[in-house]
Amino acid sequence: MNRLAITLPGLELKNPIMPASGCFGFGKEYGNLYDLSQLGAIMIKATTEEMRYGNPTPRVAETSSGMLNAIGLQNPGLQGVLTNELPWLEKFDVPIIANVAGSETADYVEVAKQISKASNVHALELNISCPNVKCGGILFGTDPEIAKELTAAVKAVSSVPVYVKLSPNVTDIKAMALAVEAGGADGITMINTLVGMRLDEKTGKQVIANKTGGLSGPAIKPVAIRMVYEVSQVVNIPIIGMGGVTCVQDVVDFLSAGASAVAVGTANFVDPFVCPTIIEQLPAKLDELGIDHISELVGRSHRV
Amino acid sequence: MIIQDLMTVESQQEIAKNIFEMKLTGKLVGEITSPGQFVHIRVSDSFEPLLRRPISIAEINPEKNEMTIIYRAEGRGTSLLSEKREGDTVNVLGPLGNGFPVEETTAGQTAVLIGGGIGVPPLYELSKQLTAKGVNCIHILGFESDPVVFYEEKFAALGETHIATVDGSNGTQGFVTNVMSEISHDFETFYSCGPMPMLDAVQKAYVHKKGFLSFEQRMGCGIGACFACVCHTNENATDQAYVKVCSDGPVFPAGVVQI
Ligand SMILES: Cc1cc2nc3c(=O)[nH]c(=O)nc-3n(C[C@H](O)[C@H](O)[C@H](O)COP(=O)(O)OP(=O)(O)OC[C@H]3O[C@@H](n4cnc5c(N)ncnc54)[C@H](O)[C@@H]3O)c2cc1C
Ligand SMILES: Cc1cc2nc3c(=O)[nH]c(=O)nc-3n(C[C@H](O)[C@H](O)[C@H](O)COP(=O)(O)O)c2cc1C
Ligand code: FES
Repeated sequence: MNRLAITLPGLELKNPIMPASGCFGFGKEYGNLYDLSQLGAIMIKATTEEMRYGNPTPRVAETSSGMLNAIGLQNPGLQGVLTNELPWLEKFDVPIIANVAGSETADYVEVAKQISKASNVHALELNISCPNVKCGGILFGTDPEIAKELTAAVKAVSSVPVYVKLSPNVTDIKAMALAVEAGGADGITMINTLVGMRLDEKTGKQVIANKTGGLSGPAIKPVAIRMVYEVSQVVNIPIIGMGGVTCVQDVVDFLSAGASAVAVGTANFVDPFVCPTIIEQLPAKLDELGIDHISELVGRSHRV
Repeated sequence: MIIQDLMTVESQQEIAKNIFEMKLTGKLVGEITSPGQFVHIRVSDSFEPLLRRPISIAEINPEKNEMTIIYRAEGRGTSLLSEKREGDTVNVLGPLGNGFPVEETTAGQTAVLIGGGIGVPPLYELSKQLTAKGVNCIHILGFESDPVVFYEEKFAALGETHIATVDGSNGTQGFVTNVMSEISHDFETFYSCGPMPMLDAVQKAYVHKKGFLSFEQRMGCGIGACFACVCHTNENATDQAYVKVCSDGPVFPAGVVQI
């Protein structure tokens, strides 16, 4: 028995650990460091219909136990991803979750339709929560009705299950979760980054050229845990949790809060080997907790 | 190949005001292929500060498996690094980036190496490698003021060396460009590392020469995955063409990167 195996819509995971979108590129750089087949899945960088350059630099700034980024969804565009990025990943035995972004519904639909046909793409992650792009992103992610409609439109054309990535930048995350579930989402991924700002000590001006950026890293973990805890109690679809995961204990925390699998983002920059390290350490952690299978941890925090 | 290595601090020394020279040993040294490559250093085992710090490789000693880095202790990360002592270990990811093309200058030719502040360190290994193969190196090194000047004698031992300080407390008063206007233009290549305005001035002054510039940009991953460190290129009219400083650079031929 593989004690770490997890089954989710569209995904047979060897283990519940996957790099988060935007923090792993399209896998090549990390693929030069270790065998990507060890991973549960890979969430690739956001793909838009047209190629995008993204925001001006500086695009990243460090904060207390975290960082701000305003990359602005830079990517080679749908055709670039289909021809240059996805085929390279085929040599690994790992399912790909394609992160789909756009400015309007038609863009999302077009990207979803085409990218979901790629042979190694096993699920989509609808990015309705990027705080760093002017149109699209944040609007889709903060209005429940719009989020529901977009989810339904994408579901209608996708050849694989659709996960929707929620933004923490809302007053009521449960309402958003229920809306995308009603729109037909097969799962939820959460959380994206929190909108933040850092000022330069000397000049008093914003460090990030875009002025605001998305906060990620250990600093946001308590927010993410609370949100996974809340959402997992109101929806009937699985959650892939993320936000500040750096070690095996963080994984246990997210599963306990109600996530079924866990994505690791910013921590890859701190230690490029963080994902395989966590995977390697998981069985010992289960032993320590006296647990046979990892799924027993899911939702421990709200069991009566 | 890029590796993550726990390197051992062989020595740590303040060589000028807030400028530290650190010698590190480890198997990572065996992977370094070219001067101008850099490493990404994790300065603390905790997540405070979170991100790694990019620092250039200033000198390599393959026999001893040793490399030297020179850095200015100013912010949180570099200040923590300056507290490491002989025998401590440091988590180093590298070697990263492409480095300066030594092969672009052949024996008997002359190269001008222009560095500004903490852009000076990578030029030292470059000069060592160039002079070793018979290239005549002229160094022009710019600093704020005399207390932060470092490696003046070490560069002088390799070739003609000029210092410029903004306040005139050492060498020529002003910027490296003040020295550049005074020296002969009888050389084949130039190599430069320093702040953006300096790189801009250098490339404008030497438009008809073959040159290589090393850039700095804020980094996330350091290996090409996060798109934090991109720069526009001059390649074509669309605003889509870009390079990543961490993995395509930090060194680019003059004229490639939009400054
Ligand atoms: C390719 C490359 C090579 C470098 N080589 C050297 C070197 O040999 N010696 C040296 O002293 N410095 C070098 N630097 C600059 C050095 O990385 C920064 O001075 C250092 O990261 C500042 O960290 P801190 O903790 O002191 O400052 P903080 O202000 O606390 O840093 C906060 C954040 O800003 C980033 N940051 C701050 N300044 C810079 C900068 N100039 N470039 C990129 N990121 C920055 C830090 O990495 C960190 O993420 C290099 C930079 C790059 C990109
Ligand atoms: C540099 C960077 C780029 C990101 N790009 C994307 C992206 O393209 N699409 C997306 O859905 N999320 C993106 N994210 C958000 C992450 O996938 C993740 O949701 C967030 O960083 C929280 O996890 P972490 O704290 O482990 O990093 C990005 C995050 C960072 C730091
Ligand atoms: S620092 Fe991540 S791509 Fe260059």
